[in-house]
Amino acid sequence: MSPALVISRRELRTYFNSPVAYIVVTVFTIITGYLFFTQLFMEQQAELRGFFGSMPLLFMFLAPAITMRLLADEKASGTLELLITMPVRDWEVVVGKFLAAMGLLCAALGLTLVFAITVRTLGPLDRGPAIGGYVGLLLMGGAYVAIGVMCSAFTRNSIVSFIVAFAISFALFLFGHVVQFVPQKIQPLVAFLSISSHFENISRGVIDSRDVIYYLSVIGVSLLLATLSLESRRWR
Amino acid sequence: MSDLMIEVEGLTKNYGTFRAVDKVSFNVRRGEVLGFLGPNGAGKSTTMKILTCFLAPTAGRAVVAGHDVFDDSLQVRRRVGYLPEDTPIYRDMTVVEFLQFAAAMRGMERDKLEGRIKEIGQRCGLGDVAGKLVGELSKGYRQRVGLAQAMLHDPDILILDEPTSGLDPNQIVEIRSLIKEIGREKTVILSTHILPEVQATCSRVVIISGGKLVADGTPNELRARERGGRYRVVVESNGVPKDAIRDRLASLAGVARCEAISGEDGSHAFAIDAGGASDLRKPIFRAAVDNRWTLLELARESASLEDVFRNLTTGEEGKS
Repeated sequence: MSPALVISRRELRTYFNSPVAYIVVTVFTIITGYLFFTQLFMEQQAELRGFFGSMPLLFMFLAPAITMRLLADEKASGTLELLITMPVRDWEVVVGKFLAAMGLLCAALGLTLVFAITVRTLGPLDRGPAIGGYVGLLLMGGAYVAIGVMCSAFTRNSIVSFIVAFAISFALFLFGHVVQFVPQKIQPLVAFLSISSHFENISRGVIDSRDVIYYLSVIGVSLLLATLSLESRRWR
Repeated sequence: MSDLMIEVEGLTKNYGTFRAVDKVSFNVRRGEVLGFLGPNGAGKSTTMKILTCFLAPTAGRAVVAGHDVFDDSLQVRRRVGYLPEDTPIYRDMTVVEFLQFAAAMRGMERDKLEGRIKEIGQRCGLGDVAGKLVGELSKGYRQRVGLAQAMLHDPDILILDEPTSGLDPNQIVEIRSLIKEIGREKTVILSTHILPEVQATCSRVVIISGGKLVADGTPNELRARERGGRYRVVVESNGVPKDAIRDRLASLAGVARCEAISGEDGSHAFAIDAGGASDLRKPIFRAAVDNRWTLLELARESASLEDVFRNLTTGEEGKS
């Protein structure tokens, strides 16, 4: 098995051996469940739009929370030295951590499939937007998680990692809401950088390569920076 | 492969403007147990971190098992087992889980793995704690887990940063004999500032101080460098004042310093430092006879590694 997978397996075990995973999944399910079922009962609408719409905001808290200690904690406790003096490339460490956090995120998202099933039993489920929505969630979640892993690589303090990851995610989120206030010239750029607008496109059921490329680039750049940050010990 | 397992040449490491390791060069052959000696902050750990590819050198070169630590670090790391200082191990794993993780990271095959973990656990005395969480272990057991982890993949080279710190005397003896045993076929570098440890386990010693290499040789070679020696004299007191005896002893030819140390009741004890290489036992005995002292004890303590260490490392500090 590749070292990256060995690391992610260990990291996942750590998640589920501690209360972290259960707290995260429970809180996430309660909040999304509240949003979904209020819409269902109050507005008598069986649809996933509201649930999907709240995700860019929710992930902003969820992703930094599950990624904050991934590398920062290893630095603080010194275990990074043991890990990195094993025959493993720096990027494999980063990817392993990323995959573990994605695993936890998928577990949380897996529970929300209940909502899709509920909608399906109550009426016709609009397949395109539902599948698109989940694909979009995975991509957007990946971007948020990658940002979190990057911030965790920058510091040895988990709290700092959480706050910086939250700030970066918030900035990317904000871009989508300030488009009309910025000078016309940079409007397309700001709109492109917005982390939520791409998700809105995909969750309409239209999977456009531009949106996919956006998320993949955020993931790629973040993981690359995390790797460079780990490597920096060798040229500082 | 040649017999030379580790070659270090002009190794230098700067942390910002601070030079932690300064042009250190040494070689280690197969079957050698090299003691890495130096006061705290001398650059021992930094050198080991470079040899295990955790840090890169600012200048100079290190070749481990025939591979450069910077250009070919993955190959180096495959052949080295490393116990970092303070044994950082994931606290939320059990001993067996952790060893399985380490084995998987090293790409060991699953079917061989169980037997190997059992074997190494037995050698390091981990049988009783196999199912316990690492975080619940005492320092000594954690240290053993660290050692087990380092030896798991049967590496050619073991690099151990203070392997016996935190162990009780019995465990220290066990670990030392384990290291000696391994050192017969493998190459071991261990750092320590406990000098008896070096005498007990190492076939060669490298002393560094202030980042510089100040001595390199077998423990006996290093001891031979130190001239003179110390003598311990105990005289029955029966009425003779302590100061009188001390003054008489201090006036002997070849005595650099005579110091009264606390003896048992009814006796006076003295520590004498010899200035030259001549044997002082005869003059001391003569002095005792002439003055009608009852000599209870007279012993020459040959220069210990401690003296060598103290002279080399404090001299260096004075210079800088």
